[in-house]
Amino acid sequence: MNKLLSDFNAGERGIIAAVRGEGKIRRRLFDMGVTPGAEIIMRKRAPLGDPIEITIRGYELTLRKAEAACVEVEI
Amino acid sequence: MKTFALAGNPNCGKTTLFNALTGATAHVGNWPGVTVDKREGVYKGGNENVNIVDLPGIYSLSPYTPEEVISRNYILDEHPYGIINIVDATNLERNLYLTTQLLEMDVPVIVALNMMDEVEKSGDKIEVKSLENALGVPVVEISALKSKGIKQLMDRAVAMSAERKGTTVLKGVLEKQLETACAFYQSEEIKSPLFHAVKLLENDELELERKGAKQAFEKAVAGKDLEAVIADERYKYISSNLAHVKVKKAGKGVLTKSDRIDRVLTHRIWAIPIFIVILFCIFHITFSEDFLYVGAWAGLGGGLPALDDLGLSEGLAAFVGIFYDGAVFSPGVILFNVFDTVFGLITDGVGGAIHTEWLSGLVSDGILGGLFAVLGFLPQILLLFLFFSILEDTGYMARIAFVLDRIFRRFGLSGRAFMPMIMGFGCSVPAMINTRTLADEKERTATVRVIPFFSCGAKLPILVAIAGGIVTYFGVSNADLITYGMYILGVCAAVVCVLLMRNTTLKGETPPFIMELPAYHWPSFKNLMLHLWDKTKHFVKKAFTIIFVSTVIIWLFSHLSWNWRYLPDEQMQDSILASVGMFVQPVFTPLGFGSQLGKFGWVFAVAALTGLIAKENVVATFGTLGACLISMGAAITGSADEILADEEGITAAIAMIEATGISIPALIAFIAFNMTTIPCFAACATAKAELPKGKFKWTVLFWLLSSYIICAAVYTIGYRWWTLFIWLAVVAVITTFIALRNLGKFDIISIFKRNKKGEE
Repeated sequence: MNKLLSDFNAGERGIIAAVRGEGKIRRRLFDMGVTPGAEIIMRKRAPLGDPIEITIRGYELTLRKAEAACVEVEI
Repeated sequence: MKTFALAGNPNCGKTTLFNALTGATAHVGNWPGVTVDKREGVYKGGNENVNIVDLPGIYSLSPYTPEEVISRNYILDEHPYGIINIVDATNLERNLYLTTQLLEMDVPVIVALNMMDEVEKSGDKIEVKSLENALGVPVVEISALKSKGIKQLMDRAVAMSAERKGTTVLKGVLEKQLETACAFYQSEEIKSPLFHAVKLLENDELELERKGAKQAFEKAVAGKDLEAVIADERYKYISSNLAHVKVKKAGKGVLTKSDRIDRVLTHRIWAIPIFIVILFCIFHITFSEDFLYVGAWAGLGGGLPALDDLGLSEGLAAFVGIFYDGAVFSPGVILFNVFDTVFGLITDGVGGAIHTEWLSGLVSDGILGGLFAVLGFLPQILLLFLFFSILEDTGYMARIAFVLDRIFRRFGLSGRAFMPMIMGFGCSVPAMINTRTLADEKERTATVRVIPFFSCGAKLPILVAIAGGIVTYFGVSNADLITYGMYILGVCAAVVCVLLMRNTTLKGETPPFIMELPAYHWPSFKNLMLHLWDKTKHFVKKAFTIIFVSTVIIWLFSHLSWNWRYLPDEQMQDSILASVGMFVQPVFTPLGFGSQLGKFGWVFAVAALTGLIAKENVVATFGTLGACLISMGAAITGSADEILADEEGITAAIAMIEATGISIPALIAFIAFNMTTIPCFAACATAKAELPKGKFKWTVLFWLLSSYIICAAVYTIGYRWWTLFIWLAVVAVITTFIALRNLGKFDIISIFKRNKKGEE
C-alpha cells in the first residue's frame, strides 16, 4: 500500500516508491538521498506540527509537509 | 605551486581539515560576484608547498544553491591541480553521492575518509582498499580533528598524475544517451565532456543555457525523465558496490547520543522554552549590566552601594567601575568597559599632547572618538559571534530552524531566518553576516533589510535618555512602557516590511526547507578561534577604512563653518552640519520634530545625522548641543556642566525639550526614527558587502522611506488619535491592492499600457 510521507506518524517506516513535485524541489530531494527504493523512517514532527524529521540513508533530514507530500512511500 | 580544491558535504569536517592543513596561512577573500567566503591557504607540511582552496560545503553539483554553482564553476573554469574530496565515514552513503559526481570531471580526485576513529569506536569497519578499487581513485583515512593521516593524504595527493579522464557510475544504464550527449560537448571542444553530458541528461538549467544544448538534450533524452533515473542509479551503485565495504556491527534501533539530546531539545513542549532560555543567557552574558541579577537580588535586602558611594579614590573607582556599579557587570559589559577605558586613556593622552585646539579636537574627538565608538563594540560583537558559532557548530542552530520554521513560513521566510533577526537585538553587524546561512537570495535580502528594526544595543541609550527625559519633564511614569513599546514597534515594522517585500519587490516562492539535521558534536576550539579571528580582522579593517573616513568627514562638518573657520563645541550652531540640519529640518515636520520646533529645532535633525555614524552619537550630540544652546540663550534650567556630567543623557534630553518645546508624540517619533532608519556606518558597510550587487542603494532608500512612514504614523496618531483610522484605511487599501494584483485580478501596468495606447 502506498502512502504520502506527509501522512506518516512518528515511528512509521517504509520504502520510497516515487518522488513527484516541481523541478527544483524534486532535484533537491534526490540530491539529499530521497530516491525511490530508499528506506525511510519518520522520526517526529516539530513542536508546531510542521516540518517533520525523517531518517534516510543513515542521517536525519528535515522537510516541510508540503515537500513531504511529493514523496510516495510503500509501507 | 599546485592548487588543490577541498570539496565535501556540509558538517563533514571540511573546515577542520582546512584549518589543520593551512593553519595561520589561511585568508578570506570573495568569490567573484557573490558573498560566499572564499578561503585559501598554503599547506607547508610536505616536500613542496601546496595551495589549498576551500570550496563551500555542498551535497551535489546541481545548481540548487549559490554554493553549488560556485564549487562547480571553480573546478570547471579555474582548473585546480586536483580535488581533495573529504568524506564523512559515518555517513558514507550520502557523502559518496557527491563523490560520484566529482569523479565525472576530468580532474584528479583523492578521497579523504574522515572520522574513521568514530566508525571504529562504534565497532564498524570500512575496507579502504576495496573502496579504492571501486572508486578508482586514492582513498586515505584521516582524522581531521586529531590531525591524523594528513601527511599521508597530502603526499598521495601531490603524487597523483595531472591527467585523469572522468568516469561515471551511469555507464551501464545510460550508455547510449551519454554517448550522444558527450558527442555534442566533444564537438564543441568543451573540457570534462562526461560531466557536462550527465548534467545535460539531468535537465540541468545551467547546461541548457549553452547554445545548441537544447537540441542535444532532446536528441539524447528522447522525452524520458532521466533525472530520477540518474539520482537513483548513483545511490544504487553506492549501496550495491560499496555495501561490502562497510561492515555493520551495531544493532538497529539503538538510541544514539544525538537522539537522546534531540529528545530534550526538540521536545514537543519544552523545545521552545529551552530555546528562549538559551537565547536569554547569551544576551545576558553579553549585554547585561546586572550579571546573574546580583544587584536586583541585593536590592530585595539593603541593596548594593552605587560606585560613587563607595568612597574610593579616583583611580581605584575608575578600575572598579569596569566591573561594578551597584551591580556586577556581565563578561560582555566588562570587556566593553575595558576597551572603553583604554580608548579613553589613549584619547585623553593624545588630545592632551597636541596643543593646537582644532587639531587636538579633530584627532581626539573626530578620528579617535569615531574609531573607538565603533571598535568599542568589538568585544560584544565577538562574544555574540562566539556564542552563535557554538550553536551553529554543535548542530543546535539547525534544530532551531526546525522548531521555528512553521512560524516563519507565514512571512515567506524559512526557520533559518530567525537567528540573524534575533542577533539584531545585539548588533546588526554579526546579524547581517549570519544571513549567509540562507540559501534563497530574496529571502536573504529581505532579512538583511529588516535586521536594523531589531533594535541593537547601541540604540538603547537613545531610549534611556529620551524616555528618562519624558518621565522627568512631563511627569509621565511609564518609561518602561515606552521602551518595550519601541522594541515591539521595531518587531512589528519588521514583520510588516517582510510581508510587504515578499509580496511586491522581492516576490518569490517560499524557499523550500529541506535540510540536514547534523548529529550533535562538540565544537572544536581551534575552529572557533580561527573563525573569530577572521571576523575580527574583517571588522577592524572596516573600522579603519569606511568608518574612519566617514567619521572624520562628519566631525569636520560639525566643527567647520562655511568659510572653513574652526568652531569649538559651543559654537556648533554655525557649523556646516548645523546649517544642513536647519536645511533638512522642515522635512521632519510630519514626524513632529521639524519646523514646528522653532529656532532650536535643528538639534534633532543634527542628532539624527550624527547617529548615522554610530547610534550612541545621538545622545552624545544632545550633550554637546545642550551647552551650545545655553550659549545661544535658550531657556534651559540645567547648566552646561550638569548636562555634560549626566552620563545617561537624561539632563541633555530635558534641555532639548525645554529649548524646543517638543511634544511627547514627537519625542517618541524621534526615538522610533533613530531605531528604524539607516543604521550605523558599520552596519551599512556590512549590508553593502552582504547584499547582492545593486541592491544596497535600494536598501538605503527602503530604510529612509520605512522609517519616515513609521514615524509619521507614530507622531500623527500620538498627536490626533483619530488619525489611527486613516492609517488603518491606507493599510487596508494597500493590502487589498497588493492581494488583488498578486491574484492577477488587477494589473496596473496593463491598465497603464491600455490607456497609453488609447491616447495614441
